[in-house]
Amino acid sequence: MTVLDDLRPRLGRRLLTGPAELAVFGCDALTAFYERPAAVVLVESADEVVAVVRACHREGVPFVARGSGTSLSGGSLPIGGGVVIALNRLDRVLSVDPDARTAVVEPGVINLDVSRAALPHGLMYCPDPSSQSVCTIGGNLAFNSGGAHCLRHGMTANHVLGIRAVLPDGELVELGGDSVEPLGPDVAGMFCGSEGLFGIALEVTVRLVAVAEATHTALAVYDSLEQAGDAVARIVAAGLLPVAMEIMDALAIEAAEASVKPNYPKGAALLIVELEGERGVVDADAAALRELLRASGAGEVVATEDPDARALIWKGRKSAFSAVGWLAPDYIVQDGVVPRTRLGEALAEIGRMGAAAGIRVANVFHAGDGNLHPLILFDGREPGMLERAEALAGDILRLCIRLGGSITGEHGVGVEKREYLPLMFTPADLELMRRLRRAVDPAELANRGKMLAVA
Amino acid sequence: MAAVAVDDVEALRDAVRCGPRVLPAGGATKPALSAPPAEDVVALDVSGLRGIVEYDPAELTLTARAGTPVAELDGALAEHGQYLPFDAPLVAAGATIGGVIASGTSGPGALRYGTVRDFVIGVRMVDGTGELVCGGGRVVKNAAGFDLPKLMVGSMGRLGVMVEVSLKVFPRPRAAATVAFELGGLEPALAALAVLARGPVELDALELEPPARIVVRLAGDPEPLAARVARVAALVGAPGEELDATVWADAAAFAWMAPATRLVRVALTLRGVAALQAALAAAGARARYSNAANVAWIAWPGDCPLAVLDATLRELRLPGVALTGAPGRPLLGDRRGGAFLDRLRTALDPDGRFAEL
Ligand SMILES: Cc1cc2nc3c(=O)[nH]c(=O)nc-3n(C[C@H](O)[C@H](O)[C@H](O)COP(=O)(O)OP(=O)(O)OC[C@H]3O[C@@H](n4cnc5c(N)ncnc54)[C@H](O)[C@@H]3O)c2cc1C
Repeated sequence: MTVLDDLRPRLGRRLLTGPAELAVFGCDALTAFYERPAAVVLVESADEVVAVVRACHREGVPFVARGSGTSLSGGSLPIGGGVVIALNRLDRVLSVDPDARTAVVEPGVINLDVSRAALPHGLMYCPDPSSQSVCTIGGNLAFNSGGAHCLRHGMTANHVLGIRAVLPDGELVELGGDSVEPLGPDVAGMFCGSEGLFGIALEVTVRLVAVAEATHTALAVYDSLEQAGDAVARIVAAGLLPVAMEIMDALAIEAAEASVKPNYPKGAALLIVELEGERGVVDADAAALRELLRASGAGEVVATEDPDARALIWKGRKSAFSAVGWLAPDYIVQDGVVPRTRLGEALAEIGRMGAAAGIRVANVFHAGDGNLHPLILFDGREPGMLERAEALAGDILRLCIRLGGSITGEHGVGVEKREYLPLMFTPADLELMRRLRRAVDPAELANRGKMLAVA
Repeated sequence: MAAVAVDDVEALRDAVRCGPRVLPAGGATKPALSAPPAEDVVALDVSGLRGIVEYDPAELTLTARAGTPVAELDGALAEHGQYLPFDAPLVAAGATIGGVIASGTSGPGALRYGTVRDFVIGVRMVDGTGELVCGGGRVVKNAAGFDLPKLMVGSMGRLGVMVEVSLKVFPRPRAAATVAFELGGLEPALAALAVLARGPVELDALELEPPARIVVRLAGDPEPLAARVARVAALVGAPGEELDATVWADAAAFAWMAPATRLVRVALTLRGVAALQAALAAAGARARYSNAANVAWIAWPGDCPLAVLDATLRELRLPGVALTGAPGRPLLGDRRGGAFLDRLRTALDPDGRFAEL
């Protein structure tokens, strides 16, 4: 017996209520949390989403939208007794407009599939989370997801132009449009990053960009993380604007080598810098970059424009999270931001904190924008280790705030960081967020308990 | 009603909490937005909330009070070879950063790295209850909490009064070149625009002066500039005429507008240009298109009611906003946001302390 029994004739076997069927949906990529929903609906059309949302609203039952369940903050964790609306089957790219450089997609489309559809027109979709081969545009939108190439191109919200959404009470709205110039209050921007609290996106118009004529990827190794960080500062100061600047430390390199064997040059720290654009411009910038890397005390420097070689470099970087599984039975992926000029300080302090706690921390991060991803390695079978690892993870967030940064750059607040929100925001700020939430969803049905504690 | 000037946050909070309803004004370069639209609304002059709060060039971010003239920010950034790539218009006329964000206006340079929405990372503002609240932060990447900074873009002083804003900044290109092409008609001009917008040459600005002229700006290092200009000409398939940079200052000041016309901004895509042009010609209005025809700037004749344009835009399903002329409800044409915006508004301004949207 569920709230959705009325809909059973329409949904048939796509309405899941059996314990075994529900178990798979009990958590997302933050596996420390688990919750049993009352039902999961495998929707196949926007109309079905609306029907389910209206039924939930009528009965006062909370619901959560789910893309691929790769959230690292418990964003798509079910709400106990609630409904999971699984959007994976809404996976069509509805149209690509090469002249306007836009695509209209359903929310369950896999991130990489948008670029695949755009490629024949010489276009691509920019935001590239490491999970891009599995995560969905709907999940990206709800979490304003980022990726290695956000340094120059911005996050998901910068690439979402229009949203057709169903509000938590079933009302349909059109936000934004197809122009890159918003007009009137930027409500589409406000909907992005709202972690599913404002309702469910049914159709999304995204911005596409021309595939660059030339892409140049340089790898430089350093004897220390500080040196690699200093190189980033030099590149910024010289006025270069790479599309990506990523750093991996020795432990992260070791993990990557153990899993996907990118065959990186050996060193204590690895800096990846990518330039893209027109041929002549990239050539000139690449020469300048080479000089800057040399002057920054890099050991070996490798540069390539070969697509396969570049793909391997990025595979090593993008597999880093899962690769640390080779080094420890358990790990926590942390996500915090510091001002980019304070990266060196932050990394040194994280090193000290890890040593003091007797816990190994691997670092791979978006150095260009100060977004840290410390990977906290531990063995959950040892009594008390999980708690100690979590304490360290929390201390790292406090450090980020102390240095003037943020508790999350791209993974969102979810259930994981709810208690940390007051570190960043005053009671008045949080009160306004609650007011906004309740104005849109008085009964707090949409993704109840995420980001903001329930009233 | 006389304007009330506030130069500190407490005075601002008091003004929002009690007395007549308020509407903030920065440099008042967009009077249709910032002049009080009704008898019981008083203008709140926030141009006293002025000055750069924090700027570390190595950080590529800047925090300033909302009433700071953009010209002042441009000057400080230029000293360190940096700039605000969204290229706000009306800077010479005194536009403030708060006014630019609230009116959502960007200039030709938005083509390359994005519009004002893509550069606002944090905001401190006074909401309709008189509370001082923050959204976002001072770092370039931040996914914590609702994205209030984005909501302030295009909010037109009707959702909150910005006190302080944080922005991303970028390295300023060292050189620029401007070329114009005459294409013989609107259709070939739009075709050339579409070709250029899809690369491979990365343009800094791509404008359409109807019916047949497109203007292109390239920016970057001086050395490859000439070769890049030649590539653009090859892509267009027509010889270009090199222009000097004064055309951009004129564009930013809307020097092409005839006297007694009203400035209206419309969001669209390249597909909407032909129909809009036809409608404007019938009304005797001129327009220029910016950001690869993602925005139209219309000079609407003073003797023709805006209601006519409003109806035209509705028919074409395009949203617009009047920036100059008599104050009133600023939004024209197709309205976006519906129930979602209405609900956000009741949370931000529960007692209706701000002018209506
Ligand atoms: C190995 C790995 C690497 C990762 N790398 C990155 C990275 O580089 N950058 C990054 O930013 N993140 C990264 N992530 C995190 C995660 O992939 C992103 O948060 C992603 O956007 C989630 O997409 P999803 O489809 O899995 O969404 P889900 O996890 O299913 O859902 C995420 C949230 O979005 C909501 N939601 C889903 N669809 C909709 C919709 N249509 N409307 C409204 N709300 C909706 C859900 O309710 C939930 O709150 C990584 C995760 C993993 C496991």
